[in-house]
Amino acid sequence: MKLLTHNMLTSHVKGVVKGYPLIIKATEVKVNELEFNAQFVSRMIPKLEWSALIQAAEWLGQSQDLPSTLIPNYENDEDFLRKVHRVLLEVEVIEGCLQCPESGREFPISKGVPNMLLDEGE
Amino acid sequence: MSSSCRRPEHMAPPEVFYNEDEAKKYSQNSRIIEIQSQMSERAVELLSLPDDQPCYLLDVGCGSGLSGDYLSEVGHYWVGVDISTAMLDVALRREVEGDLVLGDMGQGMPFRPGMFDGCISISALQWLCNADKKTHSPPKRLYRFFSTLYSALARGARAVFQIYPENSEQLELITAQAMKAGFTGGLVVDYPNSSKAKKFFLCLFAGVSGVLPKGLDSEATDRGVSTQAQFTSQRSRFKNMKGKSVKKSKDWIMEKKERRRRQGKDVRADTKYTGRHRRPHF
Repeated sequence: MKLLTHNMLTSHVKGVVKGYPLIIKATEVKVNELEFNAQFVSRMIPKLEWSALIQAAEWLGQSQDLPSTLIPNYENDEDFLRKVHRVLLEVEVIEGCLQCPESGREFPISKGVPNMLLDEGE
Repeated sequence: MSSSCRRPEHMAPPEVFYNEDEAKKYSQNSRIIEIQSQMSERAVELLSLPDDQPCYLLDVGCGSGLSGDYLSEVGHYWVGVDISTAMLDVALRREVEGDLVLGDMGQGMPFRPGMFDGCISISALQWLCNADKKTHSPPKRLYRFFSTLYSALARGARAVFQIYPENSEQLELITAQAMKAGFTGGLVVDYPNSSKAKKFFLCLFAGVSGVLPKGLDSEATDRGVSTQAQFTSQRSRFKNMKGKSVKKSKDWIMEKKERRRRQGKDVRADTKYTGRHRRPHF
């Protein structure tokens, strides 16, 4: 599970109001290499919940001196974009789980795939 | 999946049907791979995404990642959702670039609002139309899927579903729930006259009404017969099935007067009172 996906995922259990952001408890993390695309990263930044991203990166020990608030004029700062690219698309949680901040319900992650299947009545 | 085969969704629920043996076909059977790739290409075409811009897309029922591979090929980033661990395992082995999520589309899309630039789904939606468990209600599952998908899509984004509808009731069920969730759009049919090549693509628009793309056809395109069925959130006034005006309405009265004039009969002139609605006691 890449951190870009984590930034989008919420708990969709019925009745849960604040199922975002999911708390990451990782037991295995991998860093891959992926081709850098400045245009895509630039476009995604406004969509991100920046604080959730910073927190997720911290949990995985991948903060890499990313600022805690977005800097203005980031589109032209290639250095910054590359750091964001790394954290969004190259860092992957392989094993662990995601925990709902409201209910505490856990969604396990196995082989990099989070299990979002709900039980009856959820 | 031709019409002579039994429909897979009648045999078992998807997480059971798509077991390891079935999943293997999706990595080894060249015919299956070819068909899935073609349908993915057509679905992306129907998405009408802006040129030369890498987008963030959702692939519902991504399975072994065949459709996702095409998305990656044309430069998009994607998240795939599927209910079968066996199929996702194949996708992992094939090292697809998209991120995978194990999930049941009928339970809703677990994403926060407005994130995706578009959604494709190849041969997956018909699985929602069958109740695999006693507690399943297909309309409810369809609605939960469409409403959460609608929210997960950015304003103006599209969702394109390649489907194999079993019959018109199933199609109506699907479109009714999609409309209820706020989507507009319609069905695009490619090659309507070839039973082998015929393909259905449900094109849905989130938030903005778009122009429905034309279906592909091997015959001349100036036949004048529509290959689309459009539905919108507009309520159409009741029209008489035979194409004639409803009896006693103003249109009917005007037409009758015209007819009698043509027959040379004496007819009162048309005024602003012609066909005016009278009070009940009249």
